[in-house]
Amino acid sequence: MGYVAVKGGTRAIEESIKRLKFERVKKGTVLDVHKIETGMRGLIDQVMSESSLFSEILAAIAIKQAEGNPEEAVFLLRAYRSTLSRKHYSRTISSEDMLTERRISASFKDIPGGQILGATTDYTHRLLDFGLMMESEEEALQWLEGFEEENGQQENVTDLAKLPKVLDYLRKEGLMPECSDDDREPDDVTKKSLEFPSTRSQRLQILTRGQTGALTSLAYAVIRGYGALHPTVGELRVGSLPVCIDNPFNQYNDEDDSYYIGEIKATETEMLIPVTVEKERGKKEIKFEIGYGICLGQNETKAIAMGILDHALQTGNKEYPTGDEEFVLYHIDSVESTGFISHLKMPHYVTFQSKLDSVRKTKKQEAESKEESSLCK
Amino acid sequence: MSDYETPIMSVKNLSKHFGEGCSNCRDVNENHLIRNFCPDCGTVYACRNVSFDLYPGEVLGIVGESGSGKSTLMRSLYFDQDVTSGEAYLRSYEMGSKNVFEESSQKKRYIRNHLMGKVYQNPMLGLRMGFSSIGNIAEKLIAAGIRHVGEMESKGRELLEYVNIPVYRMKEAPRNFSGGMQQRVQIAKALSNNPPILLLDEVTTGLDLSVQASVLDLIKELQRELNVSIVIVSHDLAVIRMMADRTMVMLDGKVVEHGLTDQVLEDPQDRYTQQLVHSLL
Amino acid sequence: MQIDYNYAFFDEGSKREIRRATLKAIAIPGYQVPFASREMPIGRGWGTGGLQLTLSLVGKDDVVKVIDQGSDESVNAVNIKKLIEKTTGISTTDETSEATIIQSRHRIPEVPLKDGQIMVLQVPLPEPLRFYEPSEFETKKLHAEKEYSGAWLMLFEQIMKYGNLATDADHPVMVDDRYVMAPSPIPRFDNSKMNYSEALILLGAGREKKIYAVPPYTKVVSLAFDDYPFEVESFEDNHCKQCGAAGVFMDEIYDDETETTYFQCNDTSYCVARLNHQTV
Repeated sequence: MGYVAVKGGTRAIEESIKRLKFERVKKGTVLDVHKIETGMRGLIDQVMSESSLFSEILAAIAIKQAEGNPEEAVFLLRAYRSTLSRKHYSRTISSEDMLTERRISASFKDIPGGQILGATTDYTHRLLDFGLMMESEEEALQWLEGFEEENGQQENVTDLAKLPKVLDYLRKEGLMPECSDDDREPDDVTKKSLEFPSTRSQRLQILTRGQTGALTSLAYAVIRGYGALHPTVGELRVGSLPVCIDNPFNQYNDEDDSYYIGEIKATETEMLIPVTVEKERGKKEIKFEIGYGICLGQNETKAIAMGILDHALQTGNKEYPTGDEEFVLYHIDSVESTGFISHLKMPHYVTFQSKLDSVRKTKKQEAESKEESSLCK
Repeated sequence: MSDYETPIMSVKNLSKHFGEGCSNCRDVNENHLIRNFCPDCGTVYACRNVSFDLYPGEVLGIVGESGSGKSTLMRSLYFDQDVTSGEAYLRSYEMGSKNVFEESSQKKRYIRNHLMGKVYQNPMLGLRMGFSSIGNIAEKLIAAGIRHVGEMESKGRELLEYVNIPVYRMKEAPRNFSGGMQQRVQIAKALSNNPPILLLDEVTTGLDLSVQASVLDLIKELQRELNVSIVIVSHDLAVIRMMADRTMVMLDGKVVEHGLTDQVLEDPQDRYTQQLVHSLL
Repeated sequence: MQIDYNYAFFDEGSKREIRRATLKAIAIPGYQVPFASREMPIGRGWGTGGLQLTLSLVGKDDVVKVIDQGSDESVNAVNIKKLIEKTTGISTTDETSEATIIQSRHRIPEVPLKDGQIMVLQVPLPEPLRFYEPSEFETKKLHAEKEYSGAWLMLFEQIMKYGNLATDADHPVMVDDRYVMAPSPIPRFDNSKMNYSEALILLGAGREKKIYAVPPYTKVVSLAFDDYPFEVESFEDNHCKQCGAAGVFMDEIYDDETETTYFQCNDTSYCVARLNHQTV
């Protein structure tokens, strides 16, 4: 019976949902949301960044509900985000105020404040640690005690909340051109849809919300051959940024009168991109341009990829798809791309029936004209 | 015959700059520029105060080396890019009373669709490579308001036959064609709505000599038959000599000499033209 | 942590924003109004555009009908209906004439729409010129200048290739002699239902972030040529096997037991209503 797929939908859905829950709990264990929040930092950070919603606990619930599938978890959080009214915009946050946990520069060894390696997997051997199979909480707590003792003895000389920016140092040295501030009110892509040509604030928002894998692949294409950029990490920093909002009853928006509402963890990169500029009388000179990347949580590959794509779109070389803002910005959002791909699973009976009618009409006409021509012979 | 004495198109002081200009060059301080380029701010003065008239049924040739501003001029005339300043009047548009550069983009589109045709050096710019050849011609006819498939098909067939595209290849995409064939399809497309003015930008550049000759013959024939006015741009004096009634010589964005083609070629006045003509011999 | 959702899912500010875009769409028939499409609890591409329209409009007294592929019982229709019921508590119906808002994917119901009803169509690709010109920046200009050669050219190419107009669903229409519009992937059969429709027709594309509209009593003409007129799908003399209806859009069904093909109304509630009427 041809109607099976479109009839009895209500029952089918109910049963399917039960089936889904069964898959999640069938082994008789239930994941503790708190454990997800504390032990799956990588996934939490990715999901928060792609959802553009900073809340570790909500991300943990979403991950649990999605059984660890990031695309589904992002989807849940974005849908939830739609229901929240936007009451305030924060004051501009300056990343110099970041309480830095990690900060490196690939361009200069000696940067004011020094390189801070912090927590990174970069220099770990990727050997599967079978010891984790047996790890107990007791052991972990014991290790932690030792670690804290050791750390307490070290004297910290640098103020981690006031580290100067590497690029400012370069500017002071005259190695980079000064750039003027653009203090225009940024557009909000969640309030007003993208229009082209896009503004930089729109581009940066779409990029920072983008799917980690999509950004990484496109940025990889830029530096591998489709864009011919050879960037260096000017500075990458990871840490916490303070968020403040203006007093809604004070129209003067003094900084002193603003409220601190919490902090967010973020990764920021400033990519240095050498470009050749033509100077007077045909002389050429190498100049550094900047690609900027920032995202919620510790997502270093994504932040670097964002910096590369920011520059690629700023330059807008249409020779490469990565320089075409419509190509990049329309296709990197996780919810949009996965939604449209997965919608292909929905029934398309009516359009197919309609197509069938067209095909038959064409066939019939062909047969008739063949008949006619054979009659003529 | 005053009809032949009033220009069909008048261009006055057309200028096109690429770049903002700076205090050193903005007042067109000629001596400051290196050729047409400002060494301080990098502004390129691609066209500088170009003026000319085009008369009904005539072929006006524009010659000059690459970078002299010929193609920029053509792009400006077809609204492919905006001009920096200047005026142009078409007799067939509002009785020549309106500067077409100042019209709305909708009006400009009307002028492109109804009053002009253009053949580009690069067929990619003039054709939709993935659509059928006849579809390419139909596009212009549709734009001119025709909504009858049979009529467009027969007109398209007629034009394609006219430019020697075999009828059985009519439904093929120009993508599959050779360079010479693509150029002929472009010509057919440009002619499809009987425009009074045809702009030809280096149409034979890059083609084999024999193909070049056949394309030029075709244009000449069309011109005689349809009495269309043509502006033809080429860096090749031989092409200009063969095609143009009158000739304008451009250098660094400026017109350095103009006159009857024979006159310009036999008795060049400007130093650059003399050089150009001698290099041909 | 227990959080309750607002009535009709969205916060009121979001609903107002969507309604403002909708009003603009109604004021400029056929023009695609960009809006800040929200992420929804159902997939992008699964009807989020239509759902946002419905949720922004639905009030306590509304009665909603949802269909997908002509069926009230298709999984996707049920899913959307469930979400509307859950977040609003209002009642839904299968009966076209009872509904105040009808959200649909790929069909306009057979029962003629009335004054006061709102037809909400889900749209996957709102830009009728997209396959002629991939860039949004360019197509916006083409609409502004009413330059629709491309829309006709695509039809011309079909005739050259296949000998006739070979569009299936989503055959482009001209609205109010001004904007060429994608009617959403409804069969050609349903295009004429848009012309001077008594009901307001709203179209929502969630992923592409556009809302557009055909206000009541607006002229809607399917694009065609003088010598190649627009034709709807033909079911010849076939009747619905269930209710005997003819002249409606039908599904073609293959019966493996008898190894024959038979036809059946695509609009299930229409078919059921006829059957009920016959047995009475």
